[in-house]
This record gives sequence, C-alpha cells and structure tokens, in this order.
Amino acid sequence: MSKNPEFVKFDKVDKSYDGKVLVVKDLQLDIAEGEFITMLGPSGSGKTTCLMMLAGFETPTHGEILLDGNIISNIPPHKRGIGMVFQNYALFPHMTVYENLAFPLRVRKVEKDEIDKKVDKALSMVSLNGFETRMPAQLSGGQQQRVAVARALVFDPAVVLMDEPLGALDKNLRESMQYEIKHIHESIGVTVVYVTHDQSEALTMSNRIAVFNDGKVQQLSNPAELYEKPVNSFVAEFIGENNTFNGEVVDIAKDKCKVKLANSEILANPISVKSKGEKTTVSLRPERALINPTDKMDNMFTGKIEEVIYHGDHTRVRLNLLGSSEFILKVPNSTSNLELKVSQDINIGWNSADARALDPK
Amino acid sequence: MSSETKQILTTDGIPLEVSLKKAEKKNKIKAFLLVAPLLLFLIITYVFPIGEMFSRSIDDKMITNMLPKTFKEMEKWDGQELPSEEVFSAFYYDFKVLVEKQEHGKLGQRLNKEKNGFNSITKRLFRQVKGKKIDESISIKEQIMKVHKRWRNVEYWQAIKRTAPPYTMAKYLKGMDMYYAADGSIAQVEEDRRIHRILWLRTLEIAFFVTLFCFLMGYPIAHLLATLPMKYSNLLMICVLLPFWTSLLVRTASWMILLQQQGVVNDFFVMIGLVADDNRPEMMYNKVGTYVAMTQILLPFMVLPLYSVMKTISPSLMRAGKSLGGTPFVAFWKVYFPLTIPGIGAGCLLVFILAIGYYITPALVGGASGTLISNQIAFHMKQTLDWSFASAMGLMLLSGVLVIYWIYNKLVGVDNIKLG
Repeated sequence: MSKNPEFVKFDKVDKSYDGKVLVVKDLQLDIAEGEFITMLGPSGSGKTTCLMMLAGFETPTHGEILLDGNIISNIPPHKRGIGMVFQNYALFPHMTVYENLAFPLRVRKVEKDEIDKKVDKALSMVSLNGFETRMPAQLSGGQQQRVAVARALVFDPAVVLMDEPLGALDKNLRESMQYEIKHIHESIGVTVVYVTHDQSEALTMSNRIAVFNDGKVQQLSNPAELYEKPVNSFVAEFIGENNTFNGEVVDIAKDKCKVKLANSEILANPISVKSKGEKTTVSLRPERALINPTDKMDNMFTGKIEEVIYHGDHTRVRLNLLGSSEFILKVPNSTSNLELKVSQDINIGWNSADARALDPK
Repeated sequence: MSSETKQILTTDGIPLEVSLKKAEKKNKIKAFLLVAPLLLFLIITYVFPIGEMFSRSIDDKMITNMLPKTFKEMEKWDGQELPSEEVFSAFYYDFKVLVEKQEHGKLGQRLNKEKNGFNSITKRLFRQVKGKKIDESISIKEQIMKVHKRWRNVEYWQAIKRTAPPYTMAKYLKGMDMYYAADGSIAQVEEDRRIHRILWLRTLEIAFFVTLFCFLMGYPIAHLLATLPMKYSNLLMICVLLPFWTSLLVRTASWMILLQQQGVVNDFFVMIGLVADDNRPEMMYNKVGTYVAMTQILLPFMVLPLYSVMKTISPSLMRAGKSLGGTPFVAFWKVYFPLTIPGIGAGCLLVFILAIGYYITPALVGGASGTLISNQIAFHMKQTLDWSFASAMGLMLLSGVLVIYWIYNKLVGVDNIKLG
C-alpha cells in the first residue's frame, strides 16, 4: 500500500471568527499518511484553530479540508473518525479508565470481547495494564495523559490530533512522554497532527514542522532544515537561539553578500535579499561562532565578555560585539575549556554561509 | 525499633503532643467564638422553637393537671363497667377545685373534643356544684349519675380515662385522618371527612410537579448560562435572578393579574382565537395557578446549583465525546448529563423541600383546589387556634422532608450535592 502524500489536505483555508480578522489565512498544507506533523507557533498564531477545523469543531470560513481525498468540511466531528488528545486530557471523570477507553468502541457498537481486547492492547501500548478500574482522578498527570493517548488511539483512527497534550506536565515527564508518543507513532504508523508552542518538543518528535505565525505557515520542513535553514527572521527567532544583526546590503554576489552594520561590515549568506540597498536582518546560531578559530573563517571580530553563565553541559557567554552587547556564544564544557572571564577580550569567527541574511525585522 | 517510639520533645522540653494541643487549643477557641453567635442564634430561632413545637404537639397535661385525684383512683378501675364510688368522689372533688378556680369550662371543652356531649353535662354538673346541691355525706356516685344520664354511660368515663396520660399522639393521628376509638384502638375517620390525606397527597403532587417543571425549564437555561460568553451570560443571569429581587407578594399578585379570567393571558388567548370569549379557562384559584406561580418563583433555586455545577464542566469533555464518535446526543447523555447529577440533586432537593412547605403563593392563587398543607397549618394557627394540631402537622411536614432527604441520600448520596 503506497502512502498517500495528500492524506490530509488544507486547500486555501481561511478562518475568521468575527468577520474582521482572519486567524488563518489562505492555508495550503498537505500531510502525508503516517506522518508526524507538528504545528508550531506562538499563541494566537492560528495553529489550534487549524486543528479544531480538522477535528470538526470549527468550520472553515473559506476553502476545503480533505481527508483521504474526501471533503470533510460538512461532516460532523463524530463521523470523521479522527482521534483527539486534548490539552487538559478531557478524560471523563465519572468513568473508570476502562470505561473511558471503551467509550469510542461502545458508541461504535463493537462487541464486548472485541472491546476488552482492544482496550487491553491500547493500555499495554501506554504500559498502563492493571489500571482499568481506576478513576481518572486517582491517576497522576502523566498517567492521565497516557490514558488520553490510549483513548484517542483505541478505535484505530486514521488521524490523531494532539492539542498541546504535554503542556501540563513537568519537564522530565514531558520529555519522557515525548519519546513515548514518538515511539507509539512509529510502531503503529498512524498520522499524527500535533500542536505545540514548545519548539524543543516539536524538534524532538516531528517528521515535519509547520511554523505558524499571524495565521500563515511561515515554513514547513523537517526539524534539521528548520533549525539550520530558517527562511525568514520569524522562524530564525522562534526556533532555537539566534544572534541578529540589522543592517543594509551594500554588495551582493551569488552566495555571499556584504552587510553594513552601524559601524562595521560583515559577510553573510543572502537568503531573502536580492539587491543592494535592501534592509536585512542577519541571523547566526550561537554555536556557529567559534572562539579563537583555527581555520580560516571569513568573519573575524574581537569582542568583550560581558557575562559568563554556567549551564552544566555548556557555558553561555554574552559578548559586546560589533556594537551589540547581546551577542550570545555557546561554549561546550569540554576538557579543553578556556578560561573565560568577564571584561576579557576574545576573538570570534564564523563562516558567512552560516550567517543568513533574512528579511528585516 | 520499638524503643525508638519515645515521646518526641520540643526544644524547650515539653512533649510535642502537649505542645501541639496547646497551640491548637487557641485556634479552636477562636474558631468556636467566631461561630458562637450563629450557633446561639440557631439554638434560639431553630432548635428551641422546634422543641417547643414538638412538646406542644404531644402535650396533653391540661387534663392531667386538672383531675389529679380522679386519675389516681382510675388506675385501679378496669375500664369495663362504671367506675367505683371512689372514682366518682375523686372526680367530684377535682371538679369542685376547678369550679372555685373557674376552670371547669376548659375541662368541658377539652373533654368535648374527646367525646361529643361532655360540654353540656359538665355545665349541668357545674350548676349542681355551684348551688351546693351535692351532699358530700352520702354517695356522690348516685348524685352525679342523677345529674345527667350520660354520667351513667361508661363510654364517657372511658373517654376521661383516655385523657389521663400527659402526652398524646392524637394530633398526629388527626393529621392523618385517624383517631383513637372508644376502646383505645386507632381508627380511620369516615371517607368523606378525610381532608388531610387529600392535602398531603396534593402537597406532594404539587411539589413533585413544580420540581419537575423547574428542572425541565431550568436545565437548558443553566446550560446556556454556563456556555455563553461572559457578557451575555451576565445579562441572562440577571434575568434569572430578577424575580429574586422582587417581593414575593408582588410577583404573586402580578401572576393574579396575568392569569385571572379577565387577565392578560386570557385576553391574549381570546385575541388569537384559541378560546372563545365566553369560555375563558380558569387559570387561577386552582392547581394551574399554583403550578405556574410556584414554578416561576422557585426556578432560580433550580438554575443556580445547576449553573454552578455546569460551569465546572470543561467544554472539552463534550468535544472529546464527539471526537471519539459519540453523536451529540450520546456525548450529552453519557458524558455531560452524568456530570450534572450533583447539581440536579441539589436543585431538585432544594425546590422540592421549598415547594412542600410553600404558603403565600398557594394561599393567594391556589383557591380551594390549590391549597397545600401549609395553608391548613396556618388555618389552625390563626382561625381555630388549635396550635398543638398545627404543631403536629408542622412536625409531620418536617419529618417528611427528613425522610425525603434520607431517601435522596440513599439514592444519590449527600456528598454528591453541590450548591455552588
């Protein structure tokens, strides 16, 4: 069976709640069968609205949503056969774990034996066997979350939607749940549409990430590309850490451009600038800049250390460089560590290919 | 290990337990002082009056105190044949004291309630005693028996004996249309005089249907209130509460204006041709009026507990129900409704208990077929002045409510009540 690359399709979808402001603008998004796709964005960026439209709780103002080639805009939520994990789990508090899991099967009139089998299988998937008779209130947050995941999967839906499901968990639990959900996805091959505002969660789990802002998908690509090659300054800002320089393009070649800052010039990789005189924001990942670079780099500057913050596995160094005192360096705490002291002058270098000249902020 | 369980001492050497108690004692006294005014108020205005009501409802000491000698002598009487000379003379001396204190009339009235005919024969006896026509040196029994033939009737003496105990359940029996027969057994009053039973049943029926109507109307309103955005729900809440802020009397009076035969509602029915002008339906001074007015007045008591429970139900639960494949009805019935049961329980209990003791509204719009047991209680308090009977019925009402509460607790569980 070949995978359908357009299993879920948003076709020119607009959504407005008040008739004045579009919260989703002309959304064009294809989701392949079996894919784990994450909608990532700040709150109010329209990502949850998209999920709600897919689930059927909101209707698109314009455009169509297709599931496996069929338009589903007019199908009510209970007939879509889409599993959903809610932000606050939405377990039915008056039902036991077993009854919660059996609910989607009972409404589908599945036979009792079959229900027992499926519930058992779903519970073992989230390693919660033996919890059948517990009430949701007797479970910890992580266990409730796993029940919610099991319930969304127990009726073998084609698509599972997850709306910030790990938001209420503490950091360690959240991380282990990320792997758990990822492994479940890998083992059963269901299509997952995941919504979060936590970028590390998105990077860890997804096949592809759609970064939302202002009702639009800013970039849709796999995690590595998203991090390494952001296409605009919003994505560069939103995903990971970022050093930025605002300036004006004074010279441009095929894969290099010269950007004039307040009182110096740097070389950068022209991504969204086309011609001389354009304003630009140059984005550089902190770990791409090296201290006392040995090999030849085409950007070499000297900065003054303003602050040194110890972070366990790495040290963050804030520098005053090229007129900005917000330049961040990440130095791994390896054995060959340097003596870094405040007020010390150090040499910094980076390759122009890593400095991406993007749209001005 | 067991030696380790020594008393733990605080740093200043006092055992921890003692120290803890000391620290808590202050808080306990503070807490008690805070609730003390209310406690006192409750005792004075609630516990005490109910105790008073109870003792009044079973109190029968009046005759016991009036005829102490008679009852002492009667203890030896078997109650089958006419009592002995000793009983008659004891009665005569008791009666003489009453005549001197001018309390013989009360005795006659009280005995008359026990058995018809006592009033006139005590009056006759009074005239004989007053005129000193009874010769204390010869048989008093003979002389009293000559006053009236009823004094020769053993049933009248049996009636006196029945009043001997200082307490009686007669008022409670009367409230259930029963009475003590001549031989002391419990008997039913004639079928056409069983008014109280009709009233009890009607009270239960009206309370039940008012609760049902309140539930049917209040549930959707409460749901709407709980799901609407704040700016609309506040407005709606004011609409629900508005009747609360209007005087009960004014509201009831306005229902009278609306519902009477020449009233607004009837005019409207005639106008749209639903009924003929000369055949306007009676909507007041009967059950319909009571239902309509009471439902309207008690509706907030249903809406508020329902609202407060529904407000806590996350809307994502209904969504979860639907996304898992439940139709909107299934999602409602299996998910939403069971979660509102605490509110339903609280609302229904509240409305039912309030309805069962409702007074003003049935009194004003109920007419003859819409009056309830509370109106009967008021009648006995104000018209017949039979306070002990009113007390007895009040207590029966109270115990009825307690029974309902108990049944409710068995069925739903009081822990499941949520008033807000």
